[in-house]
Amino acid sequence: MNNNPQLNKNGELQHLLTTEGLPAPILLHILDTAESFVGVTERDVKKVPLLRGKSVFNLFFEPSTRTRTTFEIAAKRLSADVVNLNIAVSSQSKGETLLDTVNNLSAMHADMFVVRHSQSGAAHLIARHVRPEIHVINAGDGRHAHPTQGLLDMFTIRHYKRDFHNLRVAIVGDILHSRVARSQIHALTTLGTPEVRVIAPRTLLPAKVERLGVHVYHEMERGLKDVDVLLMLRLQNERMLSARLPSTEEYFKYYGLTQEKLALAKRDAIVLHPGPMNRGVEIDSAVADGKHSVILSQVTFGIAVRMAVMSILAGN
Amino acid sequence: MQLPDAEQLLASLTGRIRSDVAANTALVGIYTGGVWLAERLHHDLELALPMGTLDVSFYRDDFGQIGLHPQVKPSGIPFEVEGSHIILVDDVLYTGRTIRAAINELFDYGRPASIRLAALVDRGDRELPIAAQYVGATLKLPSDKMLALEKGIDAKLSLSLYNPKSGG
Repeated sequence: MNNNPQLNKNGELQHLLTTEGLPAPILLHILDTAESFVGVTERDVKKVPLLRGKSVFNLFFEPSTRTRTTFEIAAKRLSADVVNLNIAVSSQSKGETLLDTVNNLSAMHADMFVVRHSQSGAAHLIARHVRPEIHVINAGDGRHAHPTQGLLDMFTIRHYKRDFHNLRVAIVGDILHSRVARSQIHALTTLGTPEVRVIAPRTLLPAKVERLGVHVYHEMERGLKDVDVLLMLRLQNERMLSARLPSTEEYFKYYGLTQEKLALAKRDAIVLHPGPMNRGVEIDSAVADGKHSVILSQVTFGIAVRMAVMSILAGN
Repeated sequence: MQLPDAEQLLASLTGRIRSDVAANTALVGIYTGGVWLAERLHHDLELALPMGTLDVSFYRDDFGQIGLHPQVKPSGIPFEVEGSHIILVDDVLYTGRTIRAAINELFDYGRPASIRLAALVDRGDRELPIAAQYVGATLKLPSDKMLALEKGIDAKLSLSLYNPKSGG
């Protein structure tokens, strides 16, 4: 037996809730499987029959058109039936509890739930509650985790850099509120990245972030020196207006990625961003559209990675 | 049990396919053994069209029972399937279920003019109405044994028989 709620009694992936605590072979199996799905998405018929007859429910308690769409495309390319529920504007406003909503959908014979929620731990709660034949994928919960984003970033890094064992990776921006950063840090560490840096103002760093095994920098000039991979984070609108930052102009001046700052990194460095981008806030357009940017590849690979996760879960 | 020599079987298979090869003939190997055979055939038959590879994991009918294969390899069909004459290549033809999956996958790339099947060994006991046009040898084997092609460090191919539990 194990205590990881994501694994079944055989140590196989039952739910994908976080990259934290997932062993390297499971992460690599997902990445390797995704390699095969990249080819499927380039064919005339972009569909395989693996999840034929299965029902995937996208439960979005927090709005996110982009993430929901990528999960929907991934499920449809596996031949599953997909139902999208924007619960922020339906049941919950009528007073139904989270678990009542899940019970109702389980009674409709759901096979898989893709869950996005503003509360950390929502996907865990559902995973503990559902029948053993139902699989849960966390599509982002509060500040906690966004594992498929972390995995697609790993896929993109491996695609361009081949291996994690010689890499210097910098995560830049609002680490404090970022579920993406947490998922990236756990995955990078498990896959053997020797040096992971975080670069942020003190007000946007969690206390004791060093415990995650990262090196902390407050200035781009020092933090970006000789890095191979730059993982930019989105500065959320509500943070811009908070007391944590003086102004977006000020943020851009110190932490916005411009070509001058990018020149401090290695010549063949790659730049990633989970989207949607705030041009002129965390990233300059010249960098976002420049030759180091692999941001649109992330979107393409994201479909293949989500197909891999869904098909592995459905088979376990 | 004495198994036939894989290299000899491949030589006779090559000879039989050679007489049917045309300018629009394309070979597609099924992972893993079928790809090794297709590579050799492709070289020896000097085919103009590049060789394709298939991993049928996404099309298998036992996904519901055993889940996804642990090591899926990318399929690659680097020629226009529409209108091509394809020869599928596999090492062992048994139940026919792998070939059914491979045919389904090919049709998701386009509509071939024809598909034929070459197998190094046909061990019978089909569960689907599938037949090979080119066969190296026909063997009758106990159902609890698995027959597979192996590739030595000298790239020589050989057949081996094992119990499914102890091997892949």
